[in-house]
Amino acid sequence: MLRIDCPFCGTRDHSEFSYGGDGSVTYPALDAPMQDWHDAVFLRENICGRQVETWHHVHGCRMWLMVERDTMTHEIFSTRPAHPGLASALEAAE
Amino acid sequence: MTARRLDKGGRIDRTRPVNFRWDGLTYRGYAGDTLASALMASGQTVLGRSFKYHRPRGIMSAGVEESGAIVSVGADARHEPNVKATMQELYDGLEAKGQNAWPNVRFDLGAVNGLFGRFFSAGFYYKTFMGLPPFEWGRGTGLWMQYEKLIRKAAGMGRASRAPDPDCYDHAHAFCDILVVGSGPAGLNAALTAAEAGRDVMLVEQDFELGGDYLNDPAAEADRAALVAAVERAGIRILTRTTAFGLYDGGVAGLVERVTDHLAAPDPHLPRQRFWTVRAGATVLATGALERSIAFANNDRPGVMTALAARSYLNRFGILPGQRIVIATTNDSAYGVAGDFAAAGAEVVLADARSDAASAPEGVSLRPGLAPLAVLGRRGVEGVRLAARSGAGWSEAAREDCDLLLVSGGWSPVVNLSSHRGAKPVWNAGLACFLAGPTEEPIHMAGSTDGVWNRDDCAASGVAAARRAMGEVAEAPAPGGWAHPIQPVYEVRLPGSKVKAFVDPQHDVTGDDVRLAHQEGFVSVEHLKRYTTLGMATDQGKMGNVIGLALMAEALGCEVPAVGTTRFRPPYTPVAIGALAGRNVAGHFKPLRRTPLHDWNLRHGATMTEAGLWQRTWYFARTRETIAEAYIREATTVRETVGICDVSSLGKIAVQGPDAAEFLNRVYTNAFSRLPVGRARYGIMLRDDGIVMDDGTTWRLGEADFLMTTTTTNAGKVMVWLEELLQTRWPDLRVHVTSVTDRWAGVSVAGPKAREAIAVCLDEGIDISNDALPFMGVAPVSLKGGVKGLIARISFSGELAYELYVPADQGEAMMDLLWPAAERLGGCLYGLEALGALRIEKGHVTGAELDGRMTIDDAGLGKMASTKKAFIGAALRQRPDLTRADRPRLVGIFPKDRRQSFNGGALLCATGKVAGFGDGWITAVTHSPALGHWIGLGYIAGGHEAWAGKAVTAADPVRRGNVEVEIVSPHMFDPEGVRMHG
Amino acid sequence: MTRFTAWNVFWQGMTGQKGWTRQWRDPEPKAHYDVVIVGGGLHGLATAYYLAKTHGVRNVAVLEKGWIGGGNAGRNTTIVRSNYARPGNREFYEHSLRLWENLSHELNYNVMFSQRSHIALLHSPGAIDAASRNYNTMRLTGTADAEIWDLATLKRAVPHLNYAADARFPIMGAAVQKRAGTARHDAVAWGYARAADARGVDIIQNCKVEGIARDGGRITALDTSRGRITAGKVAFAVAGSTSLLWQMAGLGRLPIESHKLQAFVSEPLKPLLDQVVVFGMGGAHFYISQSDKGGMVFGGDLDWYKSYAQRGNLPIVQDVAEAAMSVLPCLGRVKLLRHWSGLVDMSMDGSHFICKTPLDNLYLNAGWNYGGFKASPASGWWFADLIANDRPAPMIAPFDLKRFERGLQIDERGAGPDCKLHG
Repeated sequence: MLRIDCPFCGTRDHSEFSYGGDGSVTYPALDAPMQDWHDAVFLRENICGRQVETWHHVHGCRMWLMVERDTMTHEIFSTRPAHPGLASALEAAE
Repeated sequence: MTARRLDKGGRIDRTRPVNFRWDGLTYRGYAGDTLASALMASGQTVLGRSFKYHRPRGIMSAGVEESGAIVSVGADARHEPNVKATMQELYDGLEAKGQNAWPNVRFDLGAVNGLFGRFFSAGFYYKTFMGLPPFEWGRGTGLWMQYEKLIRKAAGMGRASRAPDPDCYDHAHAFCDILVVGSGPAGLNAALTAAEAGRDVMLVEQDFELGGDYLNDPAAEADRAALVAAVERAGIRILTRTTAFGLYDGGVAGLVERVTDHLAAPDPHLPRQRFWTVRAGATVLATGALERSIAFANNDRPGVMTALAARSYLNRFGILPGQRIVIATTNDSAYGVAGDFAAAGAEVVLADARSDAASAPEGVSLRPGLAPLAVLGRRGVEGVRLAARSGAGWSEAAREDCDLLLVSGGWSPVVNLSSHRGAKPVWNAGLACFLAGPTEEPIHMAGSTDGVWNRDDCAASGVAAARRAMGEVAEAPAPGGWAHPIQPVYEVRLPGSKVKAFVDPQHDVTGDDVRLAHQEGFVSVEHLKRYTTLGMATDQGKMGNVIGLALMAEALGCEVPAVGTTRFRPPYTPVAIGALAGRNVAGHFKPLRRTPLHDWNLRHGATMTEAGLWQRTWYFARTRETIAEAYIREATTVRETVGICDVSSLGKIAVQGPDAAEFLNRVYTNAFSRLPVGRARYGIMLRDDGIVMDDGTTWRLGEADFLMTTTTTNAGKVMVWLEELLQTRWPDLRVHVTSVTDRWAGVSVAGPKAREAIAVCLDEGIDISNDALPFMGVAPVSLKGGVKGLIARISFSGELAYELYVPADQGEAMMDLLWPAAERLGGCLYGLEALGALRIEKGHVTGAELDGRMTIDDAGLGKMASTKKAFIGAALRQRPDLTRADRPRLVGIFPKDRRQSFNGGALLCATGKVAGFGDGWITAVTHSPALGHWIGLGYIAGGHEAWAGKAVTAADPVRRGNVEVEIVSPHMFDPEGVRMHG
Repeated sequence: MTRFTAWNVFWQGMTGQKGWTRQWRDPEPKAHYDVVIVGGGLHGLATAYYLAKTHGVRNVAVLEKGWIGGGNAGRNTTIVRSNYARPGNREFYEHSLRLWENLSHELNYNVMFSQRSHIALLHSPGAIDAASRNYNTMRLTGTADAEIWDLATLKRAVPHLNYAADARFPIMGAAVQKRAGTARHDAVAWGYARAADARGVDIIQNCKVEGIARDGGRITALDTSRGRITAGKVAFAVAGSTSLLWQMAGLGRLPIESHKLQAFVSEPLKPLLDQVVVFGMGGAHFYISQSDKGGMVFGGDLDWYKSYAQRGNLPIVQDVAEAAMSVLPCLGRVKLLRHWSGLVDMSMDGSHFICKTPLDNLYLNAGWNYGGFKASPASGWWFADLIANDRPAPMIAPFDLKRFERGLQIDERGAGPDCKLHG
């Protein structure tokens, strides 16, 4: 069981969350060329080691999170809201 | 073996006799016995048969590593195969049977296999059974499958019950600072140390009593009692009969607690077992060590067991398992055992493979320099031939008569749990065992798990492990502790002899099998395991792994660690599948979703069907109606008067905020920014890859307030998707989404008299006339009796139709108003089957048509893709293969002979070319009440224009065969939509 | 090589098993090979075998970082079937099944392919229609063994399933492929290794690729833990490490994500279940069969999050146990003996890659999702064909890396570009 420290709810079993995907992918503008979309949608770095990835606290606060995790050891290093505005608001509150 | 119960001694309660049955006969044991000890005291020696050769097997151990006394327990639906008799507590009325034998374990015809043992070497089955013997002539798998039937019958161990398990199992969850596994000297001290420092501690013990090795030593009882009392006082949560079967990520341990397996008449409210998920800050593993045997001829005979096991039977269960005992050892640990047996009145010969051993305990005849070579006797031990070292090998040196042979080939710390975490065990040559490998995780070894052999050192090791678990620096006793070092002996044999010397007795893996594996190149540890099946029996290598590795190392001429170590996998001991499933079985398997109108529907005659996790109304059969009659009547009624259908399961999402319209514009292919307040619009959303994800109507309730509806199936997926887009891709958009599916009870009221039916239910002054509420109009509404909700003029059936939503808890009140009104008009209730008929007639798509592979153009909805704005999927939907002219297009299908029906799932092929992938397929069919014959929806390359006038066959070889059909427009009924606009 | 026959088993039994020799050699790596296959799993070994046998390319090395068959070859639930319906997959898996049917004889190694039927349970009229479409496709593309069974037929064939009318998901019927079944996974790896070795292929274990030397658009040599090896052609067949080697070769990203899939085996039992049974309903996914040794072999979904660890977690263990009890309620007292996990390279459409790459002499075999075991004979067959001829045969033309740019869909599940959904 991964234990994910949700910034809104506290540390919870990963079964409360659902894994999204590679958090480093940036999606192009809606009117961007097909190749840009192809690369963003279909190609993956597939990192073995530390990666930033998205998780959704689907059975909790329903916030999307950016989780920094080692894909080999499953160790989690940090968790923050995926929404940058919320992330900075939380940071400021600390 | 001539075991007898002693008059006194042991931890059993002689005042509480317990009757049990073994293979149909009644025997007596005592409270505190295991099935194994009670059988031993009752003089039963042959308790099992081995996997391959069906050799007679008796008790080999007193614990989880048992490889001989494996039996079936319980009767009928509670019959449990493959129970280790050493782990089964005795209770009154316990019923146990031998298994893997016919007619019984004492006389087993299967033993004939032993005669062919010379052919049944490791992996022999890979070399034959392919074709016709002797040269494997033939092709294909036919002959193998004949052999396989016989092999399957011979293999397996116990027989599983065929009846559903009548018992229930619980899941429990717990948190603690420190989890201590094992309650021997190390575990008790670790738990106490941590608890006294204020930590929240859980202590887990697989046995039914705390104490571990203390339980085998009457002299230590005072120490044990004091420690246990202190542990109980310290507020430690103690779980006995509980096995920590696996360690997982995040400090999580899986435990299984056997709650009622030891009870004659358990409280029916108790679960049989409880599966615990424990999240621990740190874990101390005080799981002890297992004594291992030595490979020598017939080392599997009933009456050969580990030295510690015998000590346990003597000191814990008050049984003298034999009168003339030979103990063969390689280390100091057996000396205490020898002393105990001598003191108990047995004749004891201690054969120590070392020549420079310590002095013999009182009454024990010490024979230094000797190791066991072969057991004499067939169904029990009659004596043992002993060997002395001779050069690099052995030569026969002596012979002792005996009825019990105890062996201590060395000790294997239980490093299984740390190995679950990927910590690779490390070989300690001095102690001849694997110790736990280093790990970064907060897992700490204590006591003999860490190779610490003496009891006082184990206690200190437990204290140190607890302190390390609390983040302190603590010096632990070094592994070891024997006065004289172990001289490991793994196998004793004479050169060139052909004997059965077992390495893994349960799977009948011998030393020769290991050498054959070497000879054939299966030298890595995993190859050895897989080729010989060494370590794959129900003890998962607890008995044999180290010996197997050592023999392979010898064959290779290398050291043990060079062969490698197999990684232990959970569970540590086998766990009932029922326990892992817990309560989530039968009706509780997967959440069952019912609409707020579920009970109302059932009261009104609904038959339900599965739609994802939902139960939805399928049809409302009247007396003696079949499903076909019912849905045709329902659909006809909708077309003629009015029908009401529960649509509460449709997903409903509140999309709110200043940028809500812009957000919808991006999500849907069509435009929503100019949708007026009070109007609804049908929308289609695509995935990133340009394929249709979902469809539904979205209602504008206010400038910044939309209600999106989704299909039942995709409600959850769409909600997650919208949240992802808003939080990760477009955080600048000021929009909030809320799932309100469960807030509303919703019905579709459809048919020419729908307006009339609804109107009489509304409060005075609410106008739903065509002017006030035109097609796709949305308005707040209040029903008589004060029920307030929303009404939208939306049609899936193609009729004049409304969707009416009221708060979930007022759904029944709404139905109690609506249904009499509709009934008075000759209306009906209808379910999914009629809904399907109506929508197929209209060519409206659902999940059967939008199966995750179709484009918006395929579905004939290309006009809904805006060319003026970008939207999700806009780029990738333009990829060449998705825009080909010969893409499949949505079409309607009529049988050529209108009296015929056909099936969904049939392939559409040009007549005369019924082969290959076909040109299309049928997604859904119905009898059309409006058209009076069967119709279907489907896809065919190029669409109906391309197939006009061409002969097409609906090919359904798996069900109906071929039916000639015509391809028509998907809009098969009222294509202009006159009825719904009326 | 001593031929494996009943006669030889008898003769060796009589003469002390002395005549059996190594099933494959343990050669020192040579400095150069015409073809170096990286990955000693089923796909790599099968490729080597067909290169040597069909194409006469014998100066071949298979490099394995550990021991052959140590990856997914030995971590799967051994199901072999060809009930695919998308063009491309359909022909490929059917070809694979045909190779399976004679594989024991082909390799002279009993891989124990047991054609015991693959039975997918169906629970709703819609599911029966959807399955019918696929099984009709199988029939019309030359697979006569595809059937849709009604409930009565199913009950006769598989008596111990949960037929309760009030079951959470009552069974309505089943989609059956009769030639499908199970095989002995390790034997396939060893059988291919032995047969390839006999044709001159060097199988080099404990040989890890640590660096890849390139000269422009070509790979010139592999730096391994056992020294530098130059190669005319290089082929990757390394499930679970594909992206890592790809990047080591200086190439970019792939449409692949590595996930872990757990598998489970129970204690051995006397025969209880004679077929492969598959269940998929309510978001659950479950498959079970009984090995010849008697263990119930079963599995379910991925652990859902990306991982390179061969180590699963409890939530899926629970999910799978729940499904097991739902399908076979008599399993409550049957005990789980062992659970483990394998690394699967999940692709963006659930289908595989056997293709050329941006480098002239590099070939890729990857992205097998759940399906690699059953694919291995055809995978080796066609990968060898690709390597030998340097052009994709029509059979594998769809399975290239550019298919997502073209918009080609070989998506059996219709799950779209989210790797983890293609289980």
